[in-house]
Amino acid sequence: MSFPWAREYQPSNGFTRFLDEKLPLPRLVYNAVGAGYPVPRNLSYFWNFGVLAGFFLVLQIVTGVVLAMHYAANAQVAFATTEHIMRNVNWGWMMRYAHANGASFFFIVVYMHIFRGLFYSSYKAPREMIWLLGVVIFLLMMATAFMGYVLPWGQMSFWGAKVITGLFGAIPLVGEPIQVWLLGGFAPDNAALNRFFSLHFLLPFVIAGVVILHIWALHIPGSSNPTGVEVKQESDTVPFHPYYTAKDGFGLGVVLLAYFAMVFFLPNALGHPDNYIEANPLSTPAHIVPEWYFWPFYAILRAFTVDFILPAKLWGVIAMFASILLWFFLPWLDKSPVRSGHYRPLFRKFFWFGLIPAMIVLFICGGAPAEEPYVMLSQIATAYYFLHFLVILPIVSSVEKPEPLPYSITEAVLGSDKKAVLGENTTPAV
Amino acid sequence: MTKLLSVRLVAILVGLGFAFVALFAFVIGAYNAATEEPAGHLPYEKPMDLSFSFDGPLGKWDKAQLQRGLKVYDEVCAACHSLKFVAFRNLEELGYDEGQVKAYAASKQVPGIDPNTGEAAMRPGLPTDYFPSPYPNAVAAAAANNNAIPPDLSLMTKARGDGTNYVASLLMGYQAPSEELLAEHPEAAPGPGLHHNVYFPNLNLAMAAPLTTDGQVTYDDGTEATIEQMSKDVAAFLTWTAEPTLVKRKQTGWPVLIFLLFATILAYMSKQQIWAAVKPKKD
Amino acid sequence: MADTTATASTETVAQTDDGIRRRDFLDIAAIGAAGVGGVFIVYPLVSQMAPSKDVLAASSTEVDVSSIEPGQAIKAVFRKQPLFVKRLTDAEIAAANAIPTGSLRDQESLEDRTKEGHRDILVTMGVCTHLGCVPLGAAEGEVKGEYGGYFCPCHGSHYDTAGRIMKGPAPTNLEVPEYEFISDTVIQVG
Repeated sequence: MSFPWAREYQPSNGFTRFLDEKLPLPRLVYNAVGAGYPVPRNLSYFWNFGVLAGFFLVLQIVTGVVLAMHYAANAQVAFATTEHIMRNVNWGWMMRYAHANGASFFFIVVYMHIFRGLFYSSYKAPREMIWLLGVVIFLLMMATAFMGYVLPWGQMSFWGAKVITGLFGAIPLVGEPIQVWLLGGFAPDNAALNRFFSLHFLLPFVIAGVVILHIWALHIPGSSNPTGVEVKQESDTVPFHPYYTAKDGFGLGVVLLAYFAMVFFLPNALGHPDNYIEANPLSTPAHIVPEWYFWPFYAILRAFTVDFILPAKLWGVIAMFASILLWFFLPWLDKSPVRSGHYRPLFRKFFWFGLIPAMIVLFICGGAPAEEPYVMLSQIATAYYFLHFLVILPIVSSVEKPEPLPYSITEAVLGSDKKAVLGENTTPAV
Repeated sequence: MTKLLSVRLVAILVGLGFAFVALFAFVIGAYNAATEEPAGHLPYEKPMDLSFSFDGPLGKWDKAQLQRGLKVYDEVCAACHSLKFVAFRNLEELGYDEGQVKAYAASKQVPGIDPNTGEAAMRPGLPTDYFPSPYPNAVAAAAANNNAIPPDLSLMTKARGDGTNYVASLLMGYQAPSEELLAEHPEAAPGPGLHHNVYFPNLNLAMAAPLTTDGQVTYDDGTEATIEQMSKDVAAFLTWTAEPTLVKRKQTGWPVLIFLLFATILAYMSKQQIWAAVKPKKD
Repeated sequence: MADTTATASTETVAQTDDGIRRRDFLDIAAIGAAGVGGVFIVYPLVSQMAPSKDVLAASSTEVDVSSIEPGQAIKAVFRKQPLFVKRLTDAEIAAANAIPTGSLRDQESLEDRTKEGHRDILVTMGVCTHLGCVPLGAAEGEVKGEYGGYFCPCHGSHYDTAGRIMKGPAPTNLEVPEYEFISDTVIQVG
């Protein structure tokens, strides 16, 4: 599945020879993230985020398993056991802050990973399956994060659970029964808390499974790269180890510095003060907001304020789910033969001056109270969001004239490639 | 090919549909915004920017201040507010020794069981007991306080934005509403049983000013108990109750960050050295 | 110029492939730092499973022994485990003293197991030293075993009136926890 010049694993001693025959785990690692995996030599730091996302998944599982050793998923005591972790358990405060901020950093690196994929069209053939699995991971992450936020049983936990399950109430006819079924009651209580805890524990392992599929699918065509030109020859690649292990190690250090600065010095900056008030079914917080990583999608949910054939609430719910589900269709919507945004003048302009500002506006509006001017701004940004992916992308990809591509990765890095054939670089090499 | 074209055609129609409905909502919203008077917010003030010993990345507890704050809580706040996540044994962190904690705990009555009859009874506290609530349950708390349940204070400074400053400011912020305010917002006049406070988001709250005169609490260390001093001391104490590990957290953070910085620099140098072989040389 | 660099770097890649690449100081230092970081992470992960502050704080118990009649025992709780406090009768004290210490599996005299001035108060954990069952004999009417002390029904360990192992699989006497008389009638355990 790899390039013909990929190095083959050579067991170095009796033990590894034995292992290679019976259970070739070292060979698997060697071919997956070792010297046996040739990777384009021109990857930028934007290609660090996949490994970082994997790191944060492991961190969340480890700290989460630890927290589960001390937490009790019972509405009577959930808030108190969370405080027990903060006050009594040895290093419990650190574990909880590491887990809460770990979720935020997981989303930060995954958003960087996704938007890198969007700019470099990493979703295009032959990498559609990698992208589809990635969207599945993202959806699972959102579900996991939402349920995890309910567990401390603070005011935002409770009202977040109520509002999000209330979304299902928008579905005609079956909506309310579904909401009651999801909660196992008429409002979030023990039943809901326990199932959320169970699923919050289970889903990360499902994510880990899909991550393995994601990486497996990646190893079939190999990584894309900033030029979008496929690997042609050995000089286009370097072995993953030591080149990218070293680069990822450095990247990890930088991100961990930011992460631990948050954990130790601003641990509650990304949270909401209301979640330090115990859940009270009789009193709604003045301003219910989800965690920051949901703000853009929350803004889309709230942007639909007017009934138009369907009730406004249903429009919001459909649009919010559609805004993510449409990512599944990207490989078939963007038919430009060129991948990298660096060689797509029109696409590039819409990306930097359309999509990114729209996402920032949605982010700000999602975190702001539902009042003007935020609602109106979010409506314009929502309209652009859907236009960008569903209208602009298909049209741009067929009318745009791409800029000339380098013949090969080697040429892009070194300025020339002696194997380059004159004239061939005008044809997009896909 | 025709199939793919149809995928994109459907996408374009769906995209235009969503955009149309969102923009339709925008137009209606813009029309409403232009024709309706926007609902104004009551002009409350942001908390004062006070300084505390535990501020900043090198902050430390001022134990004398925490002890004074405990006394303010004990003599003023505890009449209505519980502190249910704090145990008497935790007070050792404020610089009290075991005997003092034991004596303090024994001076409080906590709910227990009569060992002979098994009926509910009060008994003197032990260091392992938690601060008792002034009311047996929420209904009693509501009944005694005009239906406004006094919140538990254990986490108060984390449960409000800029919590330490907010608590201190609120305690100092009781005053009669100004003439200008009432002229502009007649609804800002305190209703029956409410008290005006410039730092409270609704401007009027159910709690009457708890600290009313200088010297209301007599400090053991001789500090002059002005209202400002008492407000700041109790806010500092409640910051400790909300996060007893705050100082330890900051002190743990420094070695972690310094180690990571060192490791990251090493990783960078190592990466540069590994990549030197394949990096194109600059002409 | 560019051409030569291209060749040179291809060769370097090839060269690194032959497995004799020298790992120099920097790489070892970087990997070492990562390893040290890993050890730092393990410490809190292990430490969090040790008893938490509230558990440690609750691990001292006060028991009032004034109301225990001779021959009676009460069960208290110490560290979430049963604690037997028994007031021995003169006959029981005599029976315990009659057994030569040298003949015992775990050689302790009654004096070693009680406090000066309170020789009739026997404080032991109610935990069989074999596999941790609660022995019988503390409550009224329970089987006291062949030696009139405690009897563990799980695997048949017999303890004498001083809580010393006489017969059965248990390896040691019932544990006497650390305690002291904080007044004439109250003991503090732990």
